[in-house]
Amino acid sequence: MRDAFIAELVAQAESDDKVVLLVGDLGWSVIEPFAERFPDRFFNAGVAEQNMLGLAAGLASEGCRVFAYSIANFPTFRCAEQLRNDVDHHVLPVTIVAVGGGLAYGNLGYSHHAVQDYGLVRMLPNMLIAAPGDPQEVRACMRYLADSPGPAYLRLGKAGEPSLHAAPPRVSPGEWLTLREGDGSGRSFLCTGTTLAATLRRVEADPLLAGHAVHSLPLWGARHKARQLDQLAAWQAIVSVEDHYADCGFGSWLLEAKNAAGIDTQVTIEALTPPPAHPLSPSLPEGAPTCP
Amino acid sequence: MRPDPGSPQLTRTLALQIRRHALRMVTQARASHIGSALSIADIVAVLYGAVLKLDPANPRAARRDRFILSKGHACVAVYAALAETGFFPRAWLDSYGAPDSPLLNHISHSVPGAEFSTGSLGHGLPFGAGKALALRRVRAPSRVFVLMSDGELDEGSNWEAFMFAAHHKLDRLHAIIDYNKLQSLTSITRTLGLEPLADKLRAFGWAVREVDGHNHEALQAALGEAQPGQPSALIAHTTKGKGVSFMEDQVAWHYRSPDAAQLTQALAELEAHHA
Ligand SMILES: [Mg+2]
Repeated sequence: MRDAFIAELVAQAESDDKVVLLVGDLGWSVIEPFAERFPDRFFNAGVAEQNMLGLAAGLASEGCRVFAYSIANFPTFRCAEQLRNDVDHHVLPVTIVAVGGGLAYGNLGYSHHAVQDYGLVRMLPNMLIAAPGDPQEVRACMRYLADSPGPAYLRLGKAGEPSLHAAPPRVSPGEWLTLREGDGSGRSFLCTGTTLAATLRRVEADPLLAGHAVHSLPLWGARHKARQLDQLAAWQAIVSVEDHYADCGFGSWLLEAKNAAGIDTQVTIEALTPPPAHPLSPSLPEGAPTCP
Repeated sequence: MRPDPGSPQLTRTLALQIRRHALRMVTQARASHIGSALSIADIVAVLYGAVLKLDPANPRAARRDRFILSKGHACVAVYAALAETGFFPRAWLDSYGAPDSPLLNHISHSVPGAEFSTGSLGHGLPFGAGKALALRRVRAPSRVFVLMSDGELDEGSNWEAFMFAAHHKLDRLHAIIDYNKLQSLTSITRTLGLEPLADKLRAFGWAVREVDGHNHEALQAALGEAQPGQPSALIAHTTKGKGVSFMEDQVAWHYRSPDAAQLTQALAELEAHHA
């Protein structure tokens, strides 16, 4: 996915000299093709995400199309207010490029697990979430963003994800892509982000799920709930799939859309569950000093 | 554009107008932050009257200078300057504090001539650095001025931006620090001391000058001064509440709004001082 992103970005930058790439001192072995080809449009902001987002907004306010690349929690939670006030409120063409969506960074631990990022970004009214399911959807989302510049959050996995589409599909905010038609029983999985490949494997491997359709929804966000109604109404039961906590995630976004319209499609959320609490000092030893 | 420098006589008259409007606006709106607005009235008057190259008829002109009020709570001073220099009718100022007024109590980019909405501190300088970077790429003649408060320097985002701007030699970026020595609860010294401020900024790679922030001749000479290859910081020594005796140096006027008698007294003091 990272390679599809950078290839697409380089292609866009060839024809649009307003494309600028900022990185938060991350992207080794990913961003070099851009940095080497367009050194005057590449800036490493250093390990300083608040400034990176302010810079991004300032550049965008002067007509640049800015991509700000980092590991998912850093250009979001670390600088949430810059994203909210500087980028989203001013409706500026800044795309946060977040790598390591969900649990992609595994053993790197909690600091690197992006399992609440949808929740933050989907509260911001002008942000478009782009959570592609494979490298072809990455290309499709990048092309959509080129045609419709605005505040966006592009959430990528890591590298080596399989291609599930033969070519970049046509994408539009709120619109489901069909990966598998199903047997007409009215049941479908609706995936966002990198859960798509595992869901397809699961449906293909499990005879009990063989009749299910599989859809991907790569472009969504606060402004695109209404677009869900017709699509939801065409199905009896939808299972939403995301690598994010259920709270404030993709499935809860879908439920909010459904409830607003009183559709009777059954929606089941498959999402991550926070682990049990693991406090720093579970108990004080006998005779330990206490705060006065 | 208005490239002709206004005389100190003209900018002093503009500062008087700004102070009058600011006092009337916060009184009618029962709004806070008059002390902050009076603190920057002279800086804003010299900027709008003599320094900034702007075209009120075309507030988005490509070659304009960019001015960002990072201490957005002092917005009445800038709204007054924008009205006095023709960006919108003076009558709009009367709407300040009304529920449907475009003039929000922190500066809003929906107002003609206002580049950027602020209100949370530490946002203006990174944004201004981004603008300066973009403008350099297209070889624009424009300069970027960011007016900041002293208390605002507590925010780490500013120091990230100080580093970035010096590293990238953004010599068309100008930070102006309204150094009135007070912040929201008490003095700077009793909160988080900034001294030695000029040395700190020099150590960060900025060209630093200090000025009396109420002296129009000195402000006009210093604002816009630049060193090739370095961003510029102007430390403007100011008095919070400047021009109204009972507001000067008083933290309370960060919050309070004047009653009718206080407004009358304040306006009378301004006239007497100007005459
Ligand atoms: Mg102060």
